[in-house]
Amino acid sequence: MSMRRVAVIGTGITEFGELWDSSFRKLGIGAGLAAVEDARISADLIDAMYVGNMSAGRFIRQEHVAALIADYSGLARDHIPATRVEAAGASGGLALRQGFLAVASGLHDIVVVGGAEKMTDVSDMESSMIQSSADDQEWETELGATFASLHALIATRHMHNYGTTREQLADVAVKNHSHGSLNPKAQFRRKIDRNVVLKSPIVASPLRMFDCAPSSDGAAAVVLCPLDAARKYAETPVEITGSGQASDTLALHNRKDICTMGATKVAAERAFKMAELAQKDVDVAEVHDNFTISEILAVEDLGFFPKGQGGKATEEGRTSFEGDVAVNTSGGLKARGDPIGATGVAQAVEIVTQLRGKADKRQVKDADVGLTQNVGGTGATVVVHIFRRA
Amino acid sequence: MATAPRFWRENPSRYNLVGFKCNSCGKYNFPPRIICPSCRRKSVGKMEPVKLKGTGVIFSFTEVHEGMDEQNVQKPYVVAMVEMDEGAKITGQVIDCDACDLAIGTKVRTTLRKLSEEGSAGVIHYGYKFIPICGESTVSPDK
Repeated sequence: MSMRRVAVIGTGITEFGELWDSSFRKLGIGAGLAAVEDARISADLIDAMYVGNMSAGRFIRQEHVAALIADYSGLARDHIPATRVEAAGASGGLALRQGFLAVASGLHDIVVVGGAEKMTDVSDMESSMIQSSADDQEWETELGATFASLHALIATRHMHNYGTTREQLADVAVKNHSHGSLNPKAQFRRKIDRNVVLKSPIVASPLRMFDCAPSSDGAAAVVLCPLDAARKYAETPVEITGSGQASDTLALHNRKDICTMGATKVAAERAFKMAELAQKDVDVAEVHDNFTISEILAVEDLGFFPKGQGGKATEEGRTSFEGDVAVNTSGGLKARGDPIGATGVAQAVEIVTQLRGKADKRQVKDADVGLTQNVGGTGATVVVHIFRRA
Repeated sequence: MATAPRFWRENPSRYNLVGFKCNSCGKYNFPPRIICPSCRRKSVGKMEPVKLKGTGVIFSFTEVHEGMDEQNVQKPYVVAMVEMDEGAKITGQVIDCDACDLAIGTKVRTTLRKLSEEGSAGVIHYGYKFIPICGESTVSPDK
């Protein structure tokens, strides 16, 4: 493959949370401006923009959001191509991949990748209905399945097949809240213990409220350019060394094995192959913990732990700061927050921050290689990226 | 909320569990598919509508307490993934039971029930739900 090598030269992220005084456009521009300032580039240099967004049409009744963000960023003047990318929860990661491909191909030099979602202008009920639109409407949702209930089916079966315990699920949330307490941008910055999870209201058994990521408002952005040019703009450029994407059946009931996210395995294989790296090389990973069970599947299917051992590995602290691989140092979707379209880009922001050594209290020592895993629906789209300090 | 035609066009499968059998590989597809995901082009013209028997076992299940349109469900309710005798897996509600009496492997059969309604004077949508089989044998007597 004759592809150009691609680097991240700037990152920007808003606070995540219930941000009632922030509109969609204010969030998108906030993250984008921060990323452009961090990259120390002038707006004239920007060739293109990709925006990850799942459902602005239903959350704020606004489609055409890439043009909106380009306009309010002052980029309409230059008529840059601005493209919205949608793959439910994987929208942000997929926008990053589109930006990566555009730079790698030589088509564009400087690309801004953003992700944004404004979820709290609708009720909690409406928000969960919108999230379930990632599932098969005809054959899951209309029969009574919610987004959480499909993950509960995975959890029930994982517990049955592998002896994963209710406590081990709780340990994912406990760890991610602990990590989130060190992240000033996180939605939830308070540590919790197992009892908080185990005594929280049931959402879909065995999953409880503290097993689920919240509804959030927020945005994140990164600036990409060819690696050759990166040192002009950044002291510590971070290279995207691998990018993998995979699909699977839309409905959970059509999967070969509901306890394995096949698309995660394949996307990871593709990304590791491109990066010429292996699981043991990864120091820090941001994975898609929209539910606690999702992180357990992720650490197994990414190849960090054998199938069925994800719960045990979490319980033993092997996914924490001092563990084999530090997972979700930002707090993950659970504690940092999950503004859907922003999430995949926020994961990249966290990994780049770690590899630059700028993660402050949550810094992973000597972090050299990082990974992101971003999931759409119950696993019908997965995007994996691998990053390395350049 | 779905419109009436969106429900109506799926009625053969919603009411009578009509799926498609691929006569290239013999696999049952439910919900219906125009193309067999295993055989792809080889399955064109070989997909035959077939009614499933309606019996199967619970592959996984959950009791749902939050997140659905409250107008259309009484909470909590049970959602299960059921492995039908023909091999296809189907997602649906399990009714006439307590979640605590269910387990992976519990035998169930389909029954036609109300799924939802479009407001108090609107169209009512029907479709399959599952009920546990208590003391019934799923093996036909002549075998």
